[in-house]
Amino acid sequence: MTVTLPESPGLLAPALTSTPARPARRRGVRPGLVVAGAYLALVLLAAAWPELIAPGDPLAADPLRVLAPPDATHWFGTDHLGRDVWTRVVHGARHSLAIGAAATGIAVTAGVLVGLLAGLAHRLADEALSRSLDALSAFPMLLLALLFIAIVGPGTASLTIAIGIALLPHLARVVRAQTLLVRRAGYVEQAVAFGLSRPRLVLRHVLPNVVGPIPVLAVIGLGDAILAASGLSFLGMGPQPPSPEWGAMLSEGRNYLRVAWWGTILPGVAVTLTVISLTVLGRRLQRRFDGRED
Amino acid sequence: MSGATLRPVLRRVAAGLLVLWIAATAAYLALLAAPGDIVDSIVGEGPDTPEIRAEIMREWGLDRPALVQYLDYLWRLAGGDLGRSYLLQRPVAEVIGEQVGPTFTLAAAAAALGVLLALLAALTTAGPRRPWLRRGVSTVELVLVSTPAFLIGIVLLSVLSFRFGLFPVSGDQGLAALVLPAVTLALPIAGLLAQVLRDSLDRALEEPFVLTARARGVVERVVLLRHVLRHALLPVVTLAGWQFSLLIGSTIIVEQVFGRPGLGQVVLNAVTSGDMPVVLAVVTLSAAVYVAVNTLADLAYLLVDPRLRRS
Amino acid sequence: MAGPLVDVADLHVDFAAPGGRTVAAVRGVDLTVEAGECVAIVGESGSGKSVTARTLVGLAGPTATVRAARLDLAGVDVRGHRPRDWRRIRGRVAGLVLQDALVSLDPLRTVGAEIDEVLRTHDIASRRERPARVTRLLTEVHVPEPELRARQYPHQLSGGLRQRALIASAIAGEPSLLIADEPTTALDVTVQAQVLRLLAERRAAGSALLLISHDLAVVARLADRVLVMRAGEVVEQGPPRQLLHAPRHPYTRQLLDAVPSASSRGRRLATPARLSVECTVPALRRIALPTRTAAADDPVIEADGLVKRYGSREVVRGVSITVGRGETVGLVGESGSGKTTVAQLLFGLLPADAGTVRFAGQPWSGVPERRRRPLRRRLQLISQDPLGSFDPRYRVERIVAENLDRPAGRAQRRDRVAELLDRVGLGPDVLDRHPRQLSGGQRQRVAIARAIACRPALIICDEPVSALDVSVQAHVLDLLADIQAADGTALLFISHDLGVVHHLSDRVLVMHDGAVVEQGPVGDVFTHPRHDYTRSLLAALPTLTAVG
Repeated sequence: MTVTLPESPGLLAPALTSTPARPARRRGVRPGLVVAGAYLALVLLAAAWPELIAPGDPLAADPLRVLAPPDATHWFGTDHLGRDVWTRVVHGARHSLAIGAAATGIAVTAGVLVGLLAGLAHRLADEALSRSLDALSAFPMLLLALLFIAIVGPGTASLTIAIGIALLPHLARVVRAQTLLVRRAGYVEQAVAFGLSRPRLVLRHVLPNVVGPIPVLAVIGLGDAILAASGLSFLGMGPQPPSPEWGAMLSEGRNYLRVAWWGTILPGVAVTLTVISLTVLGRRLQRRFDGRED
Repeated sequence: MSGATLRPVLRRVAAGLLVLWIAATAAYLALLAAPGDIVDSIVGEGPDTPEIRAEIMREWGLDRPALVQYLDYLWRLAGGDLGRSYLLQRPVAEVIGEQVGPTFTLAAAAAALGVLLALLAALTTAGPRRPWLRRGVSTVELVLVSTPAFLIGIVLLSVLSFRFGLFPVSGDQGLAALVLPAVTLALPIAGLLAQVLRDSLDRALEEPFVLTARARGVVERVVLLRHVLRHALLPVVTLAGWQFSLLIGSTIIVEQVFGRPGLGQVVLNAVTSGDMPVVLAVVTLSAAVYVAVNTLADLAYLLVDPRLRRS
Repeated sequence: MAGPLVDVADLHVDFAAPGGRTVAAVRGVDLTVEAGECVAIVGESGSGKSVTARTLVGLAGPTATVRAARLDLAGVDVRGHRPRDWRRIRGRVAGLVLQDALVSLDPLRTVGAEIDEVLRTHDIASRRERPARVTRLLTEVHVPEPELRARQYPHQLSGGLRQRALIASAIAGEPSLLIADEPTTALDVTVQAQVLRLLAERRAAGSALLLISHDLAVVARLADRVLVMRAGEVVEQGPPRQLLHAPRHPYTRQLLDAVPSASSRGRRLATPARLSVECTVPALRRIALPTRTAAADDPVIEADGLVKRYGSREVVRGVSITVGRGETVGLVGESGSGKTTVAQLLFGLLPADAGTVRFAGQPWSGVPERRRRPLRRRLQLISQDPLGSFDPRYRVERIVAENLDRPAGRAQRRDRVAELLDRVGLGPDVLDRHPRQLSGGQRQRVAIARAIACRPALIICDEPVSALDVSVQAHVLDLLADIQAADGTALLFISHDLGVVHHLSDRVLVMHDGAVVEQGPVGDVFTHPRHDYTRSLLAALPTLTAVG
């Protein structure tokens, strides 16, 4: 295999480059992880039952209170139509999370299939698949998504699929590399001595070890997907107004940035904190998986 | 360069061309997959008669066999002809050519700044020295990597331009207008690069040859720059490609935040109006630059690591 | 200079470990090295020997705390030295040579640049003079074509040349002390002999030497004094002759008994600690291994004319080999001799380009894996890296159980595994452990338990003990001998270590450049070698008996 294109994709790279040389971190609960976990729990709660946290209607406009700064009644202030930003951010969690999760689901499912196929296939088939993945990842992620949207039109569904496709090559390559690694591992060689047939060998020793790190990749991939989704809906390619999706809120609020920073910055902070928490959690999972901890 | 070292170079260039060909073909297929008839798109709101349609078919070469059209497309692409815009009825190369300048300037400035910041952050915090600084810098990096680029831009804009009036709010006049967008783009790149670079610096610091160098009485700073950094750069060079596609994506968005002219505006207009040749041209162009950047990165690998020079 | 070059008293080195604990790596070591003297520190892994050596150049590591009653280098108290002070010592007063120059020299820089770095750092010669100095240094360590070599990268040099280049860089600053930490460990015996000769030359030229090694035999011929370290303490020291022939400390005795060689044939290598304490006469500590019957005329595996090519390169060139029922056959060779490839051909992991293999009377090569499968479990493989041969998700019970006849009930299966573990000397407490949590010796025992679970006719052992400390190696070798005697299993024992092969094998094959150059009963081959290569191997072998 040539090294034309990087084996390890960027944001996923820290997750991949396992560093056995690095000493194991100290045990015990770290505050960062607790905060990240608590925040993610809150976001999940907001996505499942937004009414519990913000009982109001995210679409209800109050023309008398437009662009009001944060106070006791409107924790995050109001936007240009007098809608409560806190309520919209809470209700927006569902949209943003759903898009991210669905896109990650698409990317992981397809990526695992393609990666496994390439890793287990004959050399020529592997070469063809790998080159196609190389070509696919030659298109910048955002442009690939834009291209897809140009073909099928904007909207939540096309946005989701577009991000899924854009994330696919990286995941597929990771899975392929992992498959090759496992295939050549000593324990797979050794398993020949147990008289296992090839299908059973693949099922018992290859697949489980390839699939093992995928939850980790999915968690980190989810962060990437949410980030990409916010960018695309900021450009107006995602859910259309008045949907309270985080990226769309950012886009709308931007026009009033001079007079009402809260309409833009606060939804943005929601996105950032979600992605940070996912990254922290993903790295923790990664370390556990590498056996560097516990 | 001897024949033996030339071969791996040629192999990498060939691999790059192969990827480029697949990418161009994929773009062509995307054009075919676009909904609606191509002729419809070209006709648009204009007069629509069978004669005009036939004229368009002939003029755009749509009456020829599919394979001929495909080969013709590849041939023109190789010659730098990116097709004609449906919407503007002008060669795409011209449309893009007008706008590529500001985008390139911005991307290049951001890339240079990002690499510089990453080097600075990683070199000062690698290894077991200064654990507090290290923890602080790592946290900042995590935040930068996890924040949407446009949000960084918006924050910078509202603080530095709106509040303090230090920089122009929009436009592309002069260096001052370049500062904020470039910083905006550079920060996430620096965050990601610094994380990876520090990780690989840490690993290189554990290598036995570092101990040997220290045992020669070499100053720690020189050990870091002369021995460790070169090893640590290798995995970072590999990241260049991903960094690049990240950069292109964020450039398009950040151009919108700062109201800068450039490819971002061109491609967004094309996407909303379904002007496929323009979208595809921008996409193909960035794929080409991506392949070029990666091939260069590979060649840089060869330059830095003598172990790879044998084919 | 008046006092000794190195004068250390009551040296303690502690390392900060995770969780705020400290680990005492060196506990109260006294060490002196006179100018021009050669002192060796011998010990197993974790004995603190390397830490002691590195402390002398201030490189014990950032988490280390060093305390000493006296720590003098060339008459200067170095306690409380700051980095700048240390830099004047490193390379100038003491040079350091580590094991395996492939990673101890910067792989991205030329050999010449690495040597030049010392001259540059200490301002030893002007920029113009330095290239000539580098050439002269390379010549001094007997590197042929020094100008050419100086321009090459470490990976372009052979192991022996690389190690010499590393020594050249360590002596470039003309230090009065050369510290060599396992300088020959990764090298083949013939190359090892050359490097040892070079070190002896340095000493003859007036340099003091501090040798660190796990191998008594390697340092015995060179050292004036040997210190034996265990768990951070020096348990015994003296001239090598005294240490080898009249060891006073039981640990030294154990260590000596554990070394496999011609004279250890037929006896256990691992002596119970009680015996080592009580018996000072070696003969009284000897416990015979159980006797076994071997039938060389009843072959388990027969290979004829095996050839394996990679591209145009023939790595195995017409190797024929048979192993009889219950027999132990040794296959020795240096790295790159093709011995591991032979193992893979016999095991059926690789298809041979020519030649045939028959196993248990059946055709084994050239048949589809489907036909081999019924016989698979009669042939087992034990590799150098047991951890890599275990599925990382599995615990010990499942690892061993995988090779058991199934289906048995859960409880029954667990009992069977516990029984097997007991046979290899492991308690039932490891059943639920992860192999990662086991020591190297324990892991290799698990691998053996797994291999014998299906009562194979032949076990191919590929360097099974080369990653182990000598006392652990002794236990594993004893264990293999016991199992063989009890089960009548044949062993094909592949090793670079002539001592191990001599200790264990009935017959031996010597491989060189992909071909078997000599074979026969182990006593004949090793005492009356007919082939030049075998002779050079044996001549290069450092032995304990050669001293004194």
